[in-house]
Amino acid sequence: MNWIARSRAKSPWLLHYDCGSCNGCDIEILACLTPLYDIERFGIVNMGNPKHADILLVTGPANHPNYRVLKNLYEQMPEPKVVVVVGSCGCTGGVFHNCPNILGGIDKVIPVDVYVPGCAAKPEAIIDGVVLALEKLKNGK
Amino acid sequence: MARTVIPFGPQHPVFPEPIQLKLECEDERIVGVVPVIGYISRGIEKAAELNPFRNNIFLCERVCGICSFMHALCYCQGIEDMMKVEVPSRARFLRVFWAELSRMHSHLLWLGLLADSFGFESLFMQVWRAREIILDISEMTSGHRIIQSTNVIGGVRRDIDEEMAQKVEEMLAQFKELADRSILPTILNDPTIKERTVGKGILTKEQAELLAAVGPTLRGSGVASDMRMTEYAAYKEIGFEPIVETAGDSYARTLVRVKEIYQSLDIILKALSMMPEGDIAVRVTGRPEGEVVSRVEQPRGELIYYVKGNGTANLERLKIGTPTFANIPSLLVMLPGCELADVPVITLSIDPCIACCER
Repeated sequence: MNWIARSRAKSPWLLHYDCGSCNGCDIEILACLTPLYDIERFGIVNMGNPKHADILLVTGPANHPNYRVLKNLYEQMPEPKVVVVVGSCGCTGGVFHNCPNILGGIDKVIPVDVYVPGCAAKPEAIIDGVVLALEKLKNGK
Repeated sequence: MARTVIPFGPQHPVFPEPIQLKLECEDERIVGVVPVIGYISRGIEKAAELNPFRNNIFLCERVCGICSFMHALCYCQGIEDMMKVEVPSRARFLRVFWAELSRMHSHLLWLGLLADSFGFESLFMQVWRAREIILDISEMTSGHRIIQSTNVIGGVRRDIDEEMAQKVEEMLAQFKELADRSILPTILNDPTIKERTVGKGILTKEQAELLAAVGPTLRGSGVASDMRMTEYAAYKEIGFEPIVETAGDSYARTLVRVKEIYQSLDIILKALSMMPEGDIAVRVTGRPEGEVVSRVEQPRGELIYYVKGNGTANLERLKIGTPTFANIPSLLVMLPGCELADVPVITLSIDPCIACCER
């Protein structure tokens, strides 16, 4: 493994996008960054810029107004990249499955690597999902 | 001077949620704002007509994850009104307990995001550390950190026993100690916070009334209006006085919320000590018929549910009126005239919850 690949796996940067979730998973993702869970000690940093990010954390189901935004963000991220979906509704549509504006799970729009179920997913589960994603990142997918 | 339009969002580090503000700027000064909403619109109101009315509680809880309890409470109160159900008084006190717990966690979350928006990273971390205590209480009493899901039509699902109440009081004392030591003095005295919030995003009393602002945005402008004054659930027994600030700027709105955290803490302690013995739910049979409007005070302001039933298992119409949607016109008055760098702070000062707003 060359040093770029090694440092990518040692310090992955996250991009978080809310696709239409209820906010529950989003605040749990933020909770992961704060003192009790503190994933920053593993070098994981939340970034606002897709061009800097290695992992895309998506919450909520895909819907008509925002699937273009999601695609756009995904395409802007440099390779290699992994996508982690947080929350039951992002995995399958979940409780919103019969809402008229919903397309379904995130995997209908972009390829997904890790699914984290839960409504809302607990911070422990989210961290677990990110660690799984790191394995994929390390192996170059 | 030439005008530039800067898109602010939908994916922006300040907001956890997508909303777009098209900012029209002359140099660094904002002269016009156009909000673009609809990025996370799901169509919950329509889906509520497709589900049986009892299952709608789960859907209503997921209108917004931060104040999920309030949404379910408002829905259940509406259905109970319609079906003429008398809720046991212990259930009413338990509802107040969880509602105020969600208010505390929502306000703390917001306070952290505000600190983050002007780069006060250590306050953000401190506030979120204190918030974990509240989430632990929530997990202990209801089984989940954020989506408590304890409301049912006719009462609540879970009880709080003596031992648990004791533990809650201990944890709240621990929280109060932490808040008194590190959060409150910083908010009251720190010059950097005042520099960024005092006099920024002013909403006068007349404007607030004219534009129908709600919640802390309205109370920060000197209007004493709070749905808890309508004495739903057990607020009549517990007693309630709204918190009002008169300056109308971002700092006034911050102060209202910080004081409400302490007020909610008192209400929780009172609810625990005054809670009568008895059942926590009554069995409800039949199907809803008629129409009803139900209102509760959410952390962000007044929440309205209009429910219309037609005697079948499915509702004919559910209309949800949320506080962020009501506060956006006020935001459009606050922003023009301010500088580009102040936009995140002023936008956050109305505590936008886009998931609620777009449903």
